[in-house]
Parts: sequence; structure tokens; C-alpha cells
Amino acid sequence: MPLTRDQIAKRISQEVEDGFVVNLGIGIPTLVANYIPENMFVMLQSENGLLGMGPFPTEDKVDADLINAGKQTITAVDGSAFFDSATSFAMIRGGHVDLTVLGAMQVDQSGNIANWMIPGKMVKGMGGAMDLVAGAKKVVVAMQHVDKHGNSKLLEKCDLPFTGLGCIQKVVTDYGVLEIDEEGFCVKEYAPDLSPEEVAKATAGKVRIAEDCKVMEF
Amino acid sequence: MNKIFENAFEALKDINKDGQQILAGGFGLCGIPENCIAALRELGKKNLTFVSNNAGVDDFGLGLLLQSKQIKKMMSSYVGENATFEKQLLAGELEVELIPQGTLAERIRAGGAGIPAFFTPTGVGTEVAKGKEVRNIDGRDYVLEKAITGDIAIVRAAKADKFGNLVFRKTARNFNPLCAMAGKITVVEAEEIVEIGEIDPDDVQLSGAFVQRIFKAQNLEKRIEFRTISQ
Repeated sequence: MPLTRDQIAKRISQEVEDGFVVNLGIGIPTLVANYIPENMFVMLQSENGLLGMGPFPTEDKVDADLINAGKQTITAVDGSAFFDSATSFAMIRGGHVDLTVLGAMQVDQSGNIANWMIPGKMVKGMGGAMDLVAGAKKVVVAMQHVDKHGNSKLLEKCDLPFTGLGCIQKVVTDYGVLEIDEEGFCVKEYAPDLSPEEVAKATAGKVRIAEDCKVMEF
Repeated sequence: MNKIFENAFEALKDINKDGQQILAGGFGLCGIPENCIAALRELGKKNLTFVSNNAGVDDFGLGLLLQSKQIKKMMSSYVGENATFEKQLLAGELEVELIPQGTLAERIRAGGAGIPAFFTPTGVGTEVAKGKEVRNIDGRDYVLEKAITGDIAIVRAAKADKFGNLVFRKTARNFNPLCAMAGKITVVEAEEIVEIGEIDPDDVQLSGAFVQRIFKAQNLEKRIEFRTISQ
């Protein structure tokens, strides 16, 4: 069995370190917040202008002036700050965000990512995705390994329009954890029900298995 | 000096013209200048270009001006929550320039700051960079992006004094101060208007130098797009 969305999120939470400024995208990345250890001081960035995003409010604390980038009502934690959108993206583009986690339609062996448009379909826009991949110190992608037809979404080259070039270092999927370097994909960890070979086989593009490849732990 | 107007209609009626480029603050429906949008609908000018991170929803925000077919072009980063938008775009009635959110914010900021263009790493190698100069600076490629200014800027603030010094509230700040900086005429709808001197200078988030017209916002709906609750 491949991993659940929550298991992917839980594994990604291990990338978070004490003191980190982290931006979590919509979907699986949002779930990562649920698994950050309580003894760690981590500030979540919301690109609409908040560092220090807290959980959803209780009914009596709902505030129309306090939302996240997904336009959901949220709260702000102690120590948080509000700022305008240019400052928010100065934080992102200027390399002051330690970790960005986002979803993707495709990632390729050169670290390119496609996650904002499918030609022929209604284009909704890239929002902050292009800035986030261009600016964060570390970008981790959370995604399903294969599409509904069983085809790998990890490719030799993305065939959908790029969001950014050479900006992805790590991909966590329902099959395993892969790093990307000059040699292409490298299987570093595999899901408990799979073998490293199966993960490699399910990956298109140049792929190898790390010597120290291990089973994923949560 | 008098920057205070009775309402949005009075503040906009002599300056709003067909074909203008208008900067609108707000993110989603948060912090949008609701009264100004309603007044622009009433004024009925056409072929407007709107620079705004989003395009509202079908029956609120800039969606109201899409309904009335007053918008010719949108310059935005994300337009996903609006069926009217999609319909008009597919029918060729509406033009859209999709801009990465950080690039959009910086283009507006630059417009207000007298910087005609800047290089950014965002969008290098993507469709966004097509037709634009790309320059390698110290080993990394950057795209040249041009500043954006507006004939009018419409913004919402939590508080204004009569000079136009502004205070925003929480994430309703977003694009509002940037749009205010980049408008040739900036119209502010403030939830509260106070006397000059009542805002501590250390608390001013945008100087009144950027603001030309102010009125007190009335009957704000402050609609919430996604009401998410913890038990």
C-alpha cells in the first residue's frame, strides 16, 4: 500500500527544524502543520501577509480580516507579525523562508517543477508558487508518485508548463523519498510496503537507489 | 487642504473615466475596497483595466464589475474563484495577464517608488518570462519586470487621519498600501477617520503623502470566502 496523505505530511514534518520559517502550500502540505513537534518553535508563513499562522479560529474568534493564502479564516500565534504583500514576498524571494512545501503535477530529474497550468484547461493562475520555488532555501514537494493511469509524475522532463527551473531538491511521495541532484533522482527512502527497486521502477527519468536507502519512518 | 469626501461616489465621480487602469487592494475578499467597487459600478465606466491580486467572486468584489462588463483586462496572480470571469475569458470578452504574486506586489511597489523596472528570479524559464529580457547577474538568471502604476488606486484601511496617514488591520493590509503608493489619485475607504495627531507617528503604516482622497466606509459586508472553524 502506498502512503496516505497524512503519512506523506508526517514524513515531511521531519524536514522542519527548530526556529524555521516555513511556508506550506495548499493540499497535503497544509497537513504538515499537524505534525510539527510541540517543543519546536516554528513560524508558519502565509504569503498574503502573516508570519505566525495559527490554527483555525473557534466560532467566536472568526475575523474577516484574518485569513490565510487559501482564503480560510485562521488565527495568529504569539510572536506573529502582519505585513504587506511586497514585504511578504521580500521574505520569500529574499531567501528568508527556510522551507517551502508545495504540491506538484510533475517534477523532473533536473529539479524542474510544473504545478500551475494544464494547456487547454482553464488557467487559474500561479498565485505565489513561482516566487516560492524561486526563493526558498529549501523546497520540498509533496505529491502522489503516479497519476490515475499509473504513469510516473516524476519525469525525465516536465511536459506541462514550468513553475520554476532547477529549484526542487526533495520529493516526498506516497512511494518514498527521492532527492534530486546532478545525477537525477535518488531513492533515499521507500514506503514500508514497497521495495527500493519498486520505487525506482515507478519513477521515469534517470533514477538510482542510494547506498544508504532505508525504509520510511514516521 | 481637504481630502475628506462624503462617500465613494463623491470621491470617484469626477476622476473615473473610460479605459482607466485601476489598482485595487485586497487579497481574495479580505481588505477589498467594497464601497469603491460599488461606486465604480454605479458610475458605469467601461474598458477598465484592473490590477488586483484576485478577481473577486461572482457576486462580490471585482466580480460585480465583471458582471456589469466594465472590465476589459485583469492583471492578477490567481483568478480561480469566479465563474463569470471564466465565462468572459473563454468568450474572448476579457483579457487577462497572470503575474506571479510576488512579482505583482513588487511591480506595484516599484510603480509607487519611482523604479521603472527590476530584475527578479521569479519566473525564469517559464511562460511568464516570454518576450522579456533575461539577464545573468553574478551567475544567476533574472527576468526584467516593469513597474505598474494606476490612474486611480482604490484601497481600504482600518483607520485614516484627515491627512491620509493610514493604519491597516491584520491580513487586510496585503496589497492595500502598495496600491495606495502607485495610484496617481489614491482613494481610501477608511473604517474610521480620526483627527490629525490622533495616530501616533510610530503607528502610521502608510504616510498620507500617498493619499489624495478619503471617505468613511459604510455598511462593509466583509464577506468571508472560506469560514474554517476549530471546535
